[in-house]
Amino acid sequence: MAQSLTHGEMSLPADWRDLFALTKPRVMSLVVFTALCGLLAAPGSVHPVLAFSSILAIALGAGASGALNQWYEAGLDAKMKRTAGRPLPAGRLDPQTALHFGVGLAAFSVFLMLFAANWQAAVLLTVSILFYVFVYTMWLKPRTPQNIVIGGAAGAFPPLIGWVAATGGVAPLPVLLFLLIFLWTPPHFWALALFVRSDYAAAGIPMMPVVAGESSTRRQILFYALIMAAAAIAPWPLGYTGALYGWTAVLLSALFVLLSIQVGTRRTGEDDRMQPEKRLFAYSIAYLFILFGAVVADHWWPL
Amino acid sequence: MTDENPQKPFDEAEYRRRQRSRANLMGWILGALALLFFFITMARMVPHS
Repeated sequence: MAQSLTHGEMSLPADWRDLFALTKPRVMSLVVFTALCGLLAAPGSVHPVLAFSSILAIALGAGASGALNQWYEAGLDAKMKRTAGRPLPAGRLDPQTALHFGVGLAAFSVFLMLFAANWQAAVLLTVSILFYVFVYTMWLKPRTPQNIVIGGAAGAFPPLIGWVAATGGVAPLPVLLFLLIFLWTPPHFWALALFVRSDYAAAGIPMMPVVAGESSTRRQILFYALIMAAAAIAPWPLGYTGALYGWTAVLLSALFVLLSIQVGTRRTGEDDRMQPEKRLFAYSIAYLFILFGAVVADHWWPL
Repeated sequence: MTDENPQKPFDEAEYRRRQRSRANLMGWILGALALLFFFITMARMVPHS
């Protein structure tokens, strides 16, 4: 149940900026980009209007998931410095509006996908929204430090949905792209969790650094970075992509592993500024953007 | 007895401003959606090569 905040009887209508912030626009940008890459890398061509509508549906679905996540976690967000300024914990929006907005947006996104693409993509979009809200947000996140590992599947759906929207079916390449984001999520989030560890501890969220400690988290970052690198390069030797993607994946993944070694093998003192962790976190975002860009570039201009 | 949950004074001007801004935005969004659904229908009617 949402840990709702109390509001005055005569609350102000929600400002559109707060509703927009509820959709986690920064997360949405990565979702839109990876979905677009999945759609553009698919064989055949899609009418531009249908392609735009499918990507819009995925973006709205991601926004709905973000809104429902913030509705459910309002109480926890209020305890963390990083999230205390969000519309719900800051008291600028009432929980019921957020819930209605999230449910309405989710329903509309699925309807739009069904209308613009096909039922297979609409089903996948529904599954990804339900997985993020019920499995990740409500079930895994408050209970287990493996929340990010399993919950990462929710963020891995967009390229698969983009591909299915374009073709109506699943193929090995989008499944490998799904696997890539799935394995990328733990090192990405644990790098962040290492430098905002006290925030998660204060909110009582069992993130890996809080439960298993720093050194175990660092080892696991390195472990996941290694298997992620293998998954990132795999489409090339398996013949699903060409050399352009292959070399990009090799070089970028090597740098990812190097940065993870830095994070994975060091010990920190009291006043550590966590620069390697911040660097890995920032690089991991660029890594995914460039790698997915390379998937499309490779499809259009094979070497 | 003191009021334990004092409420901010109701600002009617701000209430109306937000109501108007939301109504305007809703109008634009509904217009854009009508156009989008029109174009989707057209795109589905014409086979894309």
